Amino acid sequence: MKGAVTVESKRVLMTGNEAAAEAAIRAGCQCYFGYPITPQNELIAYMAKHMPAHGRVFIQAESELAAISMVFGASLAGARAMTSSSSPGISLKQEGISYLAGCQLPAVIINVQRGGPGLGNIDPAQGDYFQATKGGGHGDYHIIVLAPASVQEMHDMTFQAFDLADQYRIPVMILADGRVGQMMEPIRLQEGPAPIPPAKPWALTGAKGRAPQCIRSLFLEEGALEKHNLALQECYRRIAAADTKLEETHTADCEWLIAAWGTCGRIGKGAVQKARAQGIKAGLIRPLTLWPFPYERLARLGAQVKALLVVEMNCGQMLEDVRLAVNGATPVHFSGYPGGRVPTVSDVFNALTALVRQ
Amino acid sequence: MKTTKSGYRRPASLTKAPMHYCAGCGHSTAHKLLAEVLDELEISERTIGVAPVGCAVLAYFYLKCDIAEAAHGRTPAVATGIKRALPDRIVFSYQGDGDLAAIGLAETIHAANRGEQITVVFINNTVYGMTGGQMAPTTLVGQVTATSPSGRESATMGGPLRMCELLNTLDQPYYIERVALDSHAGVLATKKALRTAFQAQVEGRGYSFVEILSACPTYFHRSPLESLKFVGGEMAKQFPVRIFRKEGVALHA
Ligand SMILES: Cc1ncc(C[n+]2csc(CCOP(=O)(O)OP(=O)(O)O)c2C)c(N)n1
Ligand code: SF4
Repeated sequence: MKGAVTVESKRVLMTGNEAAAEAAIRAGCQCYFGYPITPQNELIAYMAKHMPAHGRVFIQAESELAAISMVFGASLAGARAMTSSSSPGISLKQEGISYLAGCQLPAVIINVQRGGPGLGNIDPAQGDYFQATKGGGHGDYHIIVLAPASVQEMHDMTFQAFDLADQYRIPVMILADGRVGQMMEPIRLQEGPAPIPPAKPWALTGAKGRAPQCIRSLFLEEGALEKHNLALQECYRRIAAADTKLEETHTADCEWLIAAWGTCGRIGKGAVQKARAQGIKAGLIRPLTLWPFPYERLARLGAQVKALLVVEMNCGQMLEDVRLAVNGATPVHFSGYPGGRVPTVSDVFNALTALVRQ
Repeated sequence: MKTTKSGYRRPASLTKAPMHYCAGCGHSTAHKLLAEVLDELEISERTIGVAPVGCAVLAYFYLKCDIAEAAHGRTPAVATGIKRALPDRIVFSYQGDGDLAAIGLAETIHAANRGEQITVVFINNTVYGMTGGQMAPTTLVGQVTATSPSGRESATMGGPLRMCELLNTLDQPYYIERVALDSHAGVLATKKALRTAFQAQVEGRGYSFVEILSACPTYFHRSPLESLKFVGGEMAKQFPVRIFRKEGVALHA
């Protein structure tokens, strides 16, 4: 791993984008297809340099439509495959993500979010929560969505994403933002041999010694699509039961709960610590999986606290899931930063104390 | 191969499923020729095809090899992903003119330009068959379709895209040929072109492209026989039948 600065014996200084790229290589990603866009350019450049050096496939595709379709091809051939982009490019990838979901193909997709809608700006944002967690493309499907708040998590979640994708035969998205993607932090790299992917008897590798197979999302036979969609939903239920992940800080006795994800979750943690130092019983819930969403845990916490504060770099997207979970048991307030501005610990602390004073 | 009493031989790589194609449709013949080539080169067990969105979307019912179904037009990009992941397999895409020359034009050109080691089989029937006979990028000037009811008018709708000529401007392609399924000789020529294209891939020579002028009697609004005349006549006039690129060398620049 040339170019990285070794900080201590086992820690290296990297950007989140590079950390994700290195994690993919360590997880055994065999094929990467991308198209340049800020703020994820360090990722594609890292892959361009390192994938061929490992004897793996790197293609700069002609568009995000093509890149995700190449991922589709590599995945259906049994390879571990990944693409990365930022918001406008992820919109184009929705076509392929829907086909991946329909064909039950594993894939890893990294979205280093920037401001939107349209071209927006190139600052950090969390405006793609709805798109990532509610389907994004056409049809009745979900993908697993992981939300890193640090360079270390960018690395670890990308590494885990390949196993999750293979285990459930589902696309997994890392929903990061420009802040997490571009900042540098010292991290510990995933060590040891690359995980061994499960056998993929469904993959198209040529029909030697077996009957020909096909991978498709078209089901014209009577009742076939309904059956297929119900099977997908069953898979989603299994994922929700086994792999809903969250981080809690000071929730055991908290009366005021901040709910935030990714970068905002990290800032929210700072605000909780500041509030605790002043005797305010604040706590934080930070979903690590945005889909599946921790509805049950939030429902229980909602019944416990006096009020909730949702903080996001958007106009209120996870807010809707929090409200759904809490279901009116307690007031849910919102602090939003939709234009590329990253809130400070003081911003969130002030919003929280305003609630407490109310 | 099995020979029936009528003399028709079904290639081993063709299933027994009755085809859903209309009477006189070029897809049926093209499938059969493709299956024969897979048989003759003995590659069906290491071949992965990519079916388009179009009338041939159900190709996996008919061809006895692994087949994937791509999103409309992304067919060569999907083929690229497969071939790069499994370089020792034979990978082909099979596409109509809407899939290849309209919505998937970028994927078509860039796969060719990268010299992907795949074979692209292009069925040019000048119309969108599956969706009801709308105008295609290859619709002839004056041709009446559902979306050019007064005939295609080049001033506002553009003229027919000549894909072989277009791809022949690129450096990387190894083999480019246009053939016509309009006659017995045309069938033989098509088979030969497909065989050359797949042979090139077997030998790892590079990107190969076969455009097949093909009848769609339903949306030509002609009988199957009249449709063959249209393919060999007006279509072949617009789309000259010839080898454009052989062993990486442009023959008709
Ligand atoms: C994204 C998208 N747009 C449009 C369609 C509808 N559609 C299905 S097939 C087709 C055109 C098929 O025509 P062609 O590629 O020429 O193949 P043919 O049916 O003539 O063999 C279209 C527009 C689709 N399935 N997906
Ligand atoms: S509509 Fe045209 S292309 Fe489609 S099956 Fe019928 S004849 Fe063939």
